[in-house]
Amino acid sequence: MQLTNPTKRTPDFRKGVAVAEQRLEKLLDIAKQIRVNILKSTTEAGSGHPSSSLSATEVVTALYFGGFLRYDAKNPHWPDRDRFVLSKGHAAPVLYAAMAEAGFFPREELMTLRKLGSPLEGHPNMAKLGGVEASTGSLGQGLSIGVGQALGARVDKKDYRVYVMTGDGELGEGQVWEAAASAAKYNLDNLTCIVDRNHFQQTGAAEEVLNMDPIDGKFAAFGWHTITINGNDMGEVVQALERGRAHKGQPVCIVSLTHKGQGILPLLEKLGDMNYHGKPLPPKYLDEALALVK
Amino acid sequence: MAGASSALESKRPMGKATRDAFGRALEALGADHPDIVVVDADVSNSTRTEWFGKKHPDRFFNIGIAESNLVGIAGGLASCGKTPVIASFACFIMCNGYDQLRMAVAYPGLNVKVVGTHAGISIGEDGASQMGIEDVSLACSLPGFVVIVPADEASAKAATKAMIDHKGPVYLRLGRPDVPKIYEDEKSFQIGKANEVRKGKDVTIVANGLMVASALDAADILAGEGIDARVIDMHTVKPIDRDALAKAAKETGALVVAEEHLAHGGLGSVVAMTVAELTPVPIRYVNVGDRFGESGTPEGLLEKFGLTAENVAKAVREVVKAKKR
Repeated sequence: MQLTNPTKRTPDFRKGVAVAEQRLEKLLDIAKQIRVNILKSTTEAGSGHPSSSLSATEVVTALYFGGFLRYDAKNPHWPDRDRFVLSKGHAAPVLYAAMAEAGFFPREELMTLRKLGSPLEGHPNMAKLGGVEASTGSLGQGLSIGVGQALGARVDKKDYRVYVMTGDGELGEGQVWEAAASAAKYNLDNLTCIVDRNHFQQTGAAEEVLNMDPIDGKFAAFGWHTITINGNDMGEVVQALERGRAHKGQPVCIVSLTHKGQGILPLLEKLGDMNYHGKPLPPKYLDEALALVK
Repeated sequence: MAGASSALESKRPMGKATRDAFGRALEALGADHPDIVVVDADVSNSTRTEWFGKKHPDRFFNIGIAESNLVGIAGGLASCGKTPVIASFACFIMCNGYDQLRMAVAYPGLNVKVVGTHAGISIGEDGASQMGIEDVSLACSLPGFVVIVPADEASAKAATKAMIDHKGPVYLRLGRPDVPKIYEDEKSFQIGKANEVRKGKDVTIVANGLMVASALDAADILAGEGIDARVIDMHTVKPIDRDALAKAAKETGALVVAEEHLAHGGLGSVVAMTVAELTPVPIRYVNVGDRFGESGTPEGLLEKFGLTAENVAKAVREVVKAKKR
């Protein structure tokens, strides 16, 4: 499949820090397990957004297991931790899947997703689940929260970093751009926004619903440093996060070009729905999907 | 005659505007509360947070004219253990920032202090677009929020301190003009505990904001007619003081609720709901009604919209008659 996006990939990208093969292999293994977790938990729940979660899997895996997020799963409110705000809250299954692998709670608990009394609500709820850094689900709000957290680090003279992941359709919300402008005003180089550019939103192709291209150009115009990558390529993801972390004086936006449903694309093709928005795989397709991601 | 018109023309000694009292109190609190961070959406010289900003520039951020972002940033700061105070005009912070107040503050129950200045129609000439007349209703609809409407300078100062000391989200509603003094000092303010500012046995006027002064003026008018009116300053709309309302309803048998807010969802609604449950008695209401404000002098607007001592007295006469039937 071709990545269809007029946003140009950052040139000379491969000249970045080389990613050790071993580290990549480990991350790819974890990503497989996270995809398994996403598929199983949403099918068990009978609802949810697996395709929106699958597109973001490489980035979330790299953040939690590639040495980017500092956290203590046994002490999730550790004040010096790094923050990851999942602004596209409907992709909660990828967050929960990663948190389970990171030891915030047992993997079995993923099967309580969306069930009454479970802290794994349909959209992330920070009041119920330690390690969730913002309650999200009303799109467009996470970047502002991330700006607040990045300012909090500055006020407290702490060195923690804040990562925010938005969707591409989510960029239609004006608040994202209010937040982008304010992050640039304060030169928040402890803030990274990752746009999961999976090309689809609820009713169709993102650029047809509301064309926000060029995404990197818009963030750059607001005063951000931008990096554009194939966000389903673990090596590119790791390198981009490293380059973003090293960049000083500006907030960093990583435009992560991805496929919605990455990992089970042949199945979605068979089902005739490459968007597959907001629905779990029926149980009869689960084995086929699990075989694809393994 | 004394008390026939609005609170702004009352013969009571005038004090400063509640926004001024808040601004000075916040500036002073900053010294002992290193956790306070103030975020502004470019109205700090109106909301008076500029006084804090000048004294504590490292804890003051003007993020531009962007109330949605303002609220979201406050949520992020609170999640890091800060005590963010955000202030704008009541209508802008509540109406423009509402989804953010719901998602980034109320839902996670974060310790954000939301201050709406320029509430009500008494801002005057700027007109309806700048008048927060629905803010109390909106704030009360945010689960877990405490909602405070102080009546004067001393209580606004005390409310500011109480708001910072309270752990959890608070909405503080403030006005633009100077208003009469109700209290000599700040000692009598406690969140959730109404103040009986005048004793009386025939009827109770429940008021907040600048309508407390009008309620007291109305009570003076009524005293001349042989009606002994109790006046309660219900500065906290949520949680409402149920005991004070039950006692007033039981002992005086009739209520008038006076506020500078829409009829729907404000103090009147909360009082009616509470009294209907505890001790049903006749109630009448003095408020902005179901309409927008307009341009004019603050005094002229309060007169036109019936937010006067005379109109409160009229409502009292009606409810006392209803009580006797």
